[in-house]
Amino acid sequence: MPSKLAISYARVTKSFGSLRAVDDVSLDVADGEFVAIVGGSGSGKTTLLRLANRLIEADSGTITVEGQNVRDVDPVALRRRIGYVFQAGGLFPHLSVADNIGITPNLLGVSAADIASRVDELLDLVQLDRAAHRDRLPEALSGGQRQRVGVARALAARPRIMLMDEPFGALDPLTRDALGEDFRGLHRKLGLTTVMITHDMTEAILLADRIAVMRAGKLLALGTPAELSKSSDAYVLELLRTPRRQVERLNALLPTSGAA
Amino acid sequence: MSFFTDPRWGEALSHLPDYLGNHVRVSLAALALGLAVSLPLAILTRNRPAPRGILLALASIVQTVPGLALLALFYPLLLLAASVTLAWFGVSFSAFGFLPAMLALALYSMLPVLRNGITGLNGIDPALLEAAKGVGMTARQSLVMVELPLALPVMMAGIRTAAVWVIGTATLSTPIGQTSLGNYIFAGLQTQNWVFVLFGCVASALLALAVDQLLGLIEGGLRQRSRARAALGGIGIAALVAATLVPTMGRSSQSYVVGAKTFAEQYVLSALLRDRLQAAGLPATARSGLGSSVIFEALKAGDIDLCVDYSGTLWANQLHRTDIKPRAELIADLKAALAKDNITLLGELGFENAYALVMPRKRAEALGVRTIADLAAHTSTMSIAGDYEFFSRPEWAALQKAYGLSFRAQRQMQPDFMYAAVASGEVDVIAGYTSDGLIAKYDLVALDDPRHAIPPYDAILLLAPKRAGDERLQAALTPLLGKIDITTMREANLRASGNDANSSPDAVAKWLWEKVGKR
Repeated sequence: MPSKLAISYARVTKSFGSLRAVDDVSLDVADGEFVAIVGGSGSGKTTLLRLANRLIEADSGTITVEGQNVRDVDPVALRRRIGYVFQAGGLFPHLSVADNIGITPNLLGVSAADIASRVDELLDLVQLDRAAHRDRLPEALSGGQRQRVGVARALAARPRIMLMDEPFGALDPLTRDALGEDFRGLHRKLGLTTVMITHDMTEAILLADRIAVMRAGKLLALGTPAELSKSSDAYVLELLRTPRRQVERLNALLPTSGAA
Repeated sequence: MSFFTDPRWGEALSHLPDYLGNHVRVSLAALALGLAVSLPLAILTRNRPAPRGILLALASIVQTVPGLALLALFYPLLLLAASVTLAWFGVSFSAFGFLPAMLALALYSMLPVLRNGITGLNGIDPALLEAAKGVGMTARQSLVMVELPLALPVMMAGIRTAAVWVIGTATLSTPIGQTSLGNYIFAGLQTQNWVFVLFGCVASALLALAVDQLLGLIEGGLRQRSRARAALGGIGIAALVAATLVPTMGRSSQSYVVGAKTFAEQYVLSALLRDRLQAAGLPATARSGLGSSVIFEALKAGDIDLCVDYSGTLWANQLHRTDIKPRAELIADLKAALAKDNITLLGELGFENAYALVMPRKRAEALGVRTIADLAAHTSTMSIAGDYEFFSRPEWAALQKAYGLSFRAQRQMQPDFMYAAVASGEVDVIAGYTSDGLIAKYDLVALDDPRHAIPPYDAILLLAPKRAGDERLQAALTPLLGKIDITTMREANLRASGNDANSSPDAVAKWLWEKVGKR
């Protein structure tokens, strides 16, 4: 494991009223790593993610981003240097694709010409046709295209860290598969550190280096898929069994392909 | 004469640039002020439920005040404010016309703007607010770049509602001295000139409709993110405003303003005075339909330059005198008293327009009633109607006291409708005006006042303090003094209360001048 830490949570707790959304969680994400946080609804995974760029403030514990305690960094500046992909895209409906993608550079005061060329670069990167998409409004895009724009927007200010909140959750399986693979490629190519939330263990296994399993605010397990399979926790094992069981059922139902 | 060839349409049309321009100007200013106050308030209170609730409640209360009352309220409020600033800072301002109308209308426009502004800002998808934060926007950037643009269509709908309300309500600003399309309606109502009433209603409705459609175009453009449609609406509004305002620009503001109260005789006399000044080469306009108390204050403040008032009215209402003096003595005393306010009492026009208790001649003869004293025995079973101010005037208190009058019921009526009401028996007695031509027309009789409870009401010409030494003005007016006898004025008033082509104040004023000009 690389020694440099991109994000580090140390005994972090966050409550909403009487609910402990994040309960004494410690988690280190190494530079260049792809970590998936897996858990059901209400497990605290979204809260954990948002604590990193201070969309939510922790009650106790310490969070550092690239070695800096986030409390010592202006939250607005912090968010501008961390890419964030929202669940359903979170695109601004009144802004064109280009304006959506260029929003963070725009806030940082980058010149219009530089933004325009960066937008084209990003459209290529997320495999959207420049001319066809640049001036469209989000409502004129498909779900998958919207999410590609969401990824491009998050990458626009050249962040080293990407936070993704169930980015592919609402997409059809084919699009989802393609987008996941494409992003995995971007992650490697750009040398990003990525923390992605998903409720789908299959997606987590296929995309992430390590998987963090959360339940009721607690971090139950953390490790590579192989490490997790040695866990003693029944819930973690149940989660891991699900993809395999699905594959077995699919194999039973579908004739084996590739009979040459 | 045919409805369409009635020359009063032409006369109405000739006033349109002036009335429409002023209407648009006061509506626009009111809307701009209303927006300038309500939009920041909506933005400031968007995340604060408690002040937001109070604000909306206040705006709703304002909305329950009838438009006419709200407008009327601003005149005394501003008079008070003007006297305070005069006392404290040595500067005063006009409480008449544009300012009170604009302030009242601005207040009136606030509710829809506030309500829609707040609704629009609170109706934004929380996920988008989160996204705005997430991409690194500050609270202000989120407001300007995300929240306001997304709330804009809803806000625009509120602005549209406010614009329609303001344009409609602005027709009620005539009595506080703001020229508007309401001038047609008020003048038409006072002189039974239904052509004017219709013209005023249609003109203000068309204006409201046009503005509504154009703002609707902008709103639709914003909703569907069609810049072209929004721009088209914007251009339309700009063109409309320019077309209505430009004709009134660059007009001499040095012209003499003749004030007139809200009844036919005043409309005719103000038109006559205006014509005489114009004939003498002095630029003049008539500002008619002013409230009875508004007109005197406006004269004192110099917002109007001259008007016709009645000696007894000023005696009772301005000097607060309850004793009665003979006509000449009363005028001499009044002249001296007005001089203290630097108001010039130029002289009498020659006729008296007194309040008088009036009833059908046949009924009076049957009951054997000739004087108010005779009437006293019957009043407990009778109803009486008067104009909007009569029952609160000191003359009414004096009449009741002198004769022991106690009527079964009192009703307030539009002056021109009273005569028909008493003739048809709907009421038994009215407090009419002795110069009114309708007394003869409906075969009514004015009862004698043997105890002189009602003072004399000579029609007198008053000049504002700033016109005290204006010799050209006085020279133009002097030929009218003592020239208009009661018979002529009655006939003029009767003509004005007709509903034919020759019954407009301008036409009657011309007729009147032809009758008295050669005397």
